[in-house]
Amino acid sequence: MDSSSRKLGRLGVSSNVIRKFGKAVAESLFAVLIGLLGGALLMLAYGYDALRAYRVLFLGSFGDLNGFLETLAFATPLILTALTFGIGVRAGLFNIGAEGQMYLGAIGAVMVGGALSLPPGIHLVAATLFAMLLGALWSIPVALLKIFRGVHEVVSTIMLNWVSFWLAMYLITYHLAEAGRAERAVPAQETARYMVIGASLTTVFIVVIGFALLMYFLLWRTTVGYELRLVGYNPDTARYAGISIMKATVISFIIGGLAAGLAGATQVLGRPPSWTIYATMGNLVNLGFEGIGVSLIGRNHPIGIVLAAIFYGGFLHGGRFMEFEVGVASELVRAINGIIIIALALPELINILKRVKRGRRST
Amino acid sequence: MRLGSLAQRLIWTAVGLGLLALVSYELSQAGIRPIKLLETALLPMTPLVLAAVGECVNERAGVINIGIEGIFLITAVLGVFWAEVLGSGLLGILMGGIFGAIIGGILGVISTYGRADQIIAGIGLNVMSLGLVQYLLMAIWAFPGIHVFPRELVLPRIALQTPIGVLRISPMTIAAIIIALLTALLLYKTLIGLRIRAAGDKPEAVDVAGISVNRVRISASIFAGFLAGLGGAFMPLAWFGGLVKEISAGRGFIALAAVVFAGLNPILALAASFIFGFAEGLAFAIAVTPGVKEVMPFHFVQMTPYLVTIITLAIFVTSRRFPRALGKPYIRE
Repeated sequence: MDSSSRKLGRLGVSSNVIRKFGKAVAESLFAVLIGLLGGALLMLAYGYDALRAYRVLFLGSFGDLNGFLETLAFATPLILTALTFGIGVRAGLFNIGAEGQMYLGAIGAVMVGGALSLPPGIHLVAATLFAMLLGALWSIPVALLKIFRGVHEVVSTIMLNWVSFWLAMYLITYHLAEAGRAERAVPAQETARYMVIGASLTTVFIVVIGFALLMYFLLWRTTVGYELRLVGYNPDTARYAGISIMKATVISFIIGGLAAGLAGATQVLGRPPSWTIYATMGNLVNLGFEGIGVSLIGRNHPIGIVLAAIFYGGFLHGGRFMEFEVGVASELVRAINGIIIIALALPELINILKRVKRGRRST
Repeated sequence: MRLGSLAQRLIWTAVGLGLLALVSYELSQAGIRPIKLLETALLPMTPLVLAAVGECVNERAGVINIGIEGIFLITAVLGVFWAEVLGSGLLGILMGGIFGAIIGGILGVISTYGRADQIIAGIGLNVMSLGLVQYLLMAIWAFPGIHVFPRELVLPRIALQTPIGVLRISPMTIAAIIIALLTALLLYKTLIGLRIRAAGDKPEAVDVAGISVNRVRISASIFAGFLAGLGGAFMPLAWFGGLVKEISAGRGFIALAAVVFAGLNPILALAASFIFGFAEGLAFAIAVTPGVKEVMPFHFVQMTPYLVTIITLAIFVTSRRFPRALGKPYIRE
């Protein structure tokens, strides 16, 4: 009796964890469903065949190995920009500056990877690290403004995103343009490219997964990570426990910047066929904002983020088939992402669903 | 303390306006007429004022909407669509307002009854608009990223005789200034204003008085959405004369900065919007000044409004007092 109840108690704890986990997954799936429904309504409103569009989308991105590799290639930068937002949320911040930090990361990768000549091996590492450094540097003013001047990070990150956009455009046009090819910056040299695995997936994907695991380890297995999460969970408790909120804020922004910088690097050093930034920055724009949705779908957890990024990467890749075969603008997937975010903003989403179910049963 | 911070803000606003006067005097020496400068400043000011004044009311009532940028983008497209359908730019702008009100209403409902995280919901609205605008451009006009509509649909500006010359001003700009003044009266001098402010500061009191906190907040959200929608449709229909996918270019966030700068006071929001609008107008004026345009790439001109906004926030916003229940759904105990 005694031992069985203890066993039950132990089971109770673990089943509680499982229930929490299950609830998180169910909420994400439900939000995704709402997003897909919203997207379908938008398509039906303009007379597109929504079912066919979704079938083409999912078959294109998950239907065969080549498509799946391409999906992973799309997921690569999203994992990182999502981590930027995710680690911010964990520390109680809304860091939506991944976009601008990513631009500068890409610029850093072009500067070292494209414009410099270094021995193989060192070149790739140097270009990657420099990209991360620039991303982190761009995030520091946000942290300082927040701590010393009380400027909310939502406004300051967006302003800096735009400054970064025009700075990157300026650098691409005037200093990093490839001679004779106005449409792009200098591509990364052979010595500064990650190896191609298949389709446009390169070994940078492995680096990114490593980064995500490192982030998990940092957040859940180190003191710094614990303090950071406590600040986000309950700043008052953290203050009483003698944890520096300032330190947690700065660390969260810097790590977020490193991730975003690496995201920029993946598009230059690890993404054929361009291996560089287009003059319109078309291969970068919006990756930072899309990371927000990915992070929320992945419940701001590094492992969840990797899975959510693969799912949303499939959206981005499959969206192109949808555009080609059904004529629906591929940007629709971004609108769906936004709807998913709004759905996830609602707490107790599942409870609302239950309430609706209960209501129906009673009538 | 309360009065002190208001006085401080007034002083900084005066300093800002004084600096602008000085700069425009310098520019007039360089051959740019102040009246032209004022005209270029009033255009970017208008959407900022509309959205900022609405957001002042919204945040006073306790709801924060960081999705103004999204409302700007969506109503810019829908405003142009309805202007083409109805054959009138003014009606298009009004339709933009109506769609803005609908979006504001939805946000209001999910922020109150849905108890949503308002920051996340606002971010979601912004992300959604990025894709939705491009989707709508393709779905409606079958052309990616840009749409040019007939010239007649652009709301004409009217000529106003002023002591320093003839000022060509959009009727929407005049309307925006009047709305800012009336909103200030509404907030501080009427019973409705008292209820709105109480809903953000002391929702229990509103509840005890037998008035639904949620209903006050949703009404404020609808009002804010309507004004932001007018601002969004203003951009293509009374300013640019065309539609591009990133038409609002961060202005929704500049409006938010104006709200913070103004400490939720509509009159100060008007002043802040004028300063931010002036920064944008000024940057373009400098960019076309002979001697400058040859050496300075336009990229740096484009950066100016954002830098001015962030520097203004960093330097001038010293003390702020926001409604106690801002961003928190009201749950009766």
